[in-house]
Amino acid sequence: MAQRPQLHVTIITAQHGVFDGPAEAVNAPGSEGRMTILPRHAPLLTTLDLGELRIRERGEEIGVFVAGGFLEVNDNVVTVLADEAERAELIDEQAAEQARQRAQARVEQSRGDQGAEAAAIAELNRAVGRLRVAEVHRQRGGRRRLPPEQQEQQF
Amino acid sequence: MASTQEIRRRIRSVRNVAQITRAVQLVASSKMRRAQERVVGSRPYAEQLSKLLSRVAAQADDLNDLPLMQRRAIKRVAIVLITPDRGLAGALNSNLNRRAALLAQELRREYDNPNLAITFVAVGRKGRDFLTRSRQNLLAEFTLLGDQPKLQDVRAIARTVTDAYINGEIDRALLVYPKYVSTVMQTPTVTQLLPAEPPAAAETEGAAPQYIFEPDAQHIFAELLPRYVETQIYQPLLETVASFYSAQMLAMKNATDSANDLLSDLTLTYNKVRQSAITTQILEVVSGANALQ
Repeated sequence: MAQRPQLHVTIITAQHGVFDGPAEAVNAPGSEGRMTILPRHAPLLTTLDLGELRIRERGEEIGVFVAGGFLEVNDNVVTVLADEAERAELIDEQAAEQARQRAQARVEQSRGDQGAEAAAIAELNRAVGRLRVAEVHRQRGGRRRLPPEQQEQQF
Repeated sequence: MASTQEIRRRIRSVRNVAQITRAVQLVASSKMRRAQERVVGSRPYAEQLSKLLSRVAAQADDLNDLPLMQRRAIKRVAIVLITPDRGLAGALNSNLNRRAALLAQELRREYDNPNLAITFVAVGRKGRDFLTRSRQNLLAEFTLLGDQPKLQDVRAIARTVTDAYINGEIDRALLVYPKYVSTVMQTPTVTQLLPAEPPAAAETEGAAPQYIFEPDAQHIFAELLPRYVETQIYQPLLETVASFYSAQMLAMKNATDSANDLLSDLTLTYNKVRQSAITTQILEVVSGANALQ
């Protein structure tokens, strides 16, 4: 079989790198809706929403929480410049829950003050999103193995 | 020559100073390592973002339409001066302050306008103190950002400058910060913040790709540019922390070394004085004994 073209995925935030490796497909929460990127995708630049980005490689799926930022596809290279990003398996659920509660409290405190309230709500959304990604990851028991027929379907 | 007691006292005080400078040196060197890691860790993001921006800029119709890239006649300039909050770092702070003052002169000459309005944004206490002392116009000040500047603080700085630019209060914004070259070298460096200037797309990757934009080019630019300005501030902030600790480490190492030199000089003098005192005493005893015979 001829060598299939592969994607190379890099996810970085302003602080550190989050993921760097090959992939067969990437499913990302674009601001205009979820999208899946396969090899030989046309050059694309989109803003990202909050949610789970999934990287598929060798029948496994790796979940990454992303919040805002950009996704660029160019020449089979997918670069994600995220405002926040964290691998699902590395999210500390307890810490995330605490962050959610803190954010919740801040929303209530800042009620009335428009700027502060908007910032607090955004913070709460991120905390909830991170928690959800961690929960989904736990429920499917770590890295998910895709059923064989789905593996075949990819191409 | 001083008395042995006096020399002993001096030895003790020099030894104390050496202990303190050595402690500061060790703390600075461990903090420097962490700060260095942060500089390195954030570099890929900054690089990718500016590369992305220059690739995309090639495709944009008219960059002058974007508020943050608009060029206009320059009447008012803002200088963002990033300095550490603390001293004991050798010549780092004074070099930075001098660079900022020099930059103001250069700008007045460049635009051939001795009355060019220059306002400052002070980030870090040392620069703030210098600017207030020399009675400069301060647009805003941000101090005590800590060793790990938060994105939120960076945003606040970026917003102050971009708002002033969009409102027409300033026509150009420059940034002065201590570039972290190596442990022994930090150079005060000037970069341009606004109008935003992505590095020219001089890459030899061939033709720039025709991107599909989602939602559309305008939205993307409206998101990209402020973030670009933020990284243009964030990266220098991290480098300032790293520069500060390496300068401090070096300054404290020099201080410890000279304290130790002084210590050995003093010990030598002390021993000489002590010895000559003993010799005198023996002579006295001997001559006393001789006199008795």
